[in-house]
Amino acid sequence: MERAYYFAFVEGDFVVLPLHVLIISSIVKILIIAHLLIIGVMAMIWSERRVSGWMQDRLGPNRVGFQGILQPIADGIKFLFKEDLIPNHVDKPLYVLAPAMLLVPAMITIAVVPFGSSLTIFGHEIPLQIADISIGILYILAITSLGVYGVVLGAWASNNKYSLLGGLRSSAQMISYELTLGLAIIGVLMLTVVEPGESALSLRKIAESQGKALWNWNFLIHFPAFLAFTTAMFAETNRLPFDLAEAEQELVAGYHTEYSSMKFALFFMAEYMNMIVGSAVTVTLFLGGWHFFGLENVGGPVWSGLISFGIIFVKTAIFLFVFIWVRWTLPRFRYDQLMNFGWKFLLPVALTSIVVTGILWVTTQSRLLVGIGNVVAAFIVVSIVAGLLVMNKTPEPATPELSGLDAIE
Amino acid sequence: MLIDYLPILLLGLFAVLFAGINLALTHILGPKRPTRAKLSVYESGVQPVGDARQRFTIRFDLIAMLFIIFDIEVVFLYPWAVVFRKFSETSGLFILVEMLVFIGILFLGYIYAWKKGGLTWD
Repeated sequence: MERAYYFAFVEGDFVVLPLHVLIISSIVKILIIAHLLIIGVMAMIWSERRVSGWMQDRLGPNRVGFQGILQPIADGIKFLFKEDLIPNHVDKPLYVLAPAMLLVPAMITIAVVPFGSSLTIFGHEIPLQIADISIGILYILAITSLGVYGVVLGAWASNNKYSLLGGLRSSAQMISYELTLGLAIIGVLMLTVVEPGESALSLRKIAESQGKALWNWNFLIHFPAFLAFTTAMFAETNRLPFDLAEAEQELVAGYHTEYSSMKFALFFMAEYMNMIVGSAVTVTLFLGGWHFFGLENVGGPVWSGLISFGIIFVKTAIFLFVFIWVRWTLPRFRYDQLMNFGWKFLLPVALTSIVVTGILWVTTQSRLLVGIGNVVAAFIVVSIVAGLLVMNKTPEPATPELSGLDAIE
Repeated sequence: MLIDYLPILLLGLFAVLFAGINLALTHILGPKRPTRAKLSVYESGVQPVGDARQRFTIRFDLIAMLFIIFDIEVVFLYPWAVVFRKFSETSGLFILVEMLVFIGILFLGYIYAWKKGGLTWD
């Protein structure tokens, strides 16, 4: 009987994975990673509340289980047994579908993110990635933009003014920052070394290309693009300081005002999943993936795989802490400031980074000069835009006559 | 190869099942005690006035159109970026000038949109 064979191009050699190994290994990987993602969401909810408490000098949940670690599970059970209310005025099919339409894209984005180098089990070298497709980055951009549909449809189907306004704000914000997200990656793709037959769009290739030393990590070479990408990701996940879509003081809860029970929880899970996946993508693209000063090569073929997984896990966790940190550091933008920032600052910075990277690479072929040039160019662009905005600013109306102490002086 | 996408399909099935089971479970397990107040529109306790689906500012529409224009241009940059490293060794100037012309046109469009007030939000 002839067996179907599957060829994967891994590190220059043809590695043969028989079809049944491919299917079994990917089912195992999917189960592990999907559950890690769900547990990660729970851990994020707990740590966010605890860290928030710590930063605001209060306790946060500490009653359920050790240090309140079981709080998310208690919340989940509570959500499950709450009344699943479907109000009269909603568009029922879309109202029910919207949470799922937000959650599914958030979950399947993780498929192309490598979570380690590779493991050798039973003589098969299994890459630690659910699917190493040659268009990884395009896949991520495509799937994450599907998330907008969940927000828009949820908001529209709710037939509530708060929801509709929240959904409109959120969708406009997400599509505006998506441009920056797409442009910031291009600089990375330009300098990624690929062998013939490989694709620079594969996240595994990008992570591998940063393996040699610290100065191969992309955030040093593309520092402005890295900052633009991170900022755009904060906006894509609707996190503070970009959480205009659910500004409590103005819009109650934004696009999920009318939702209750698990449907409400699914919106939250999707948001946290987006954060986790976004952090993992940033780590892979800019922060060296599973590389950390050669630590990933320690041990045999099994241990090095597990260590590389540990490295990417820790890096992602640190990045997720930054999410919480930023939340309690920066105040919320006003909507016009948000749009201005996205279109007038981030977009030109990301575009300039492409031009500068191209020109300096072709003329000098030096990564150091590209890195310095990027920072200088971004500084110049931001100064020019800020200058333009200050010059075009309509003068403030003349201050009314002085009163009180000022008048006495 | 097409088989590369098989795990994504499996993960997609898992995600759909996860979302579907959650939605179904909460529908089955939760109590059903609807009242008139619960089923009406939530407007912070005020009697709702009119329908939510009213006209909204044209700016959102403008942003959507600008997004489509610029996003398509970004997509055109991707194939170029993928082959840039390889071409920069043999015909660097050619690929550079080609890109500069394209981004130049993109930038002109950007300045036009800015000058026309398309990016201004007030």
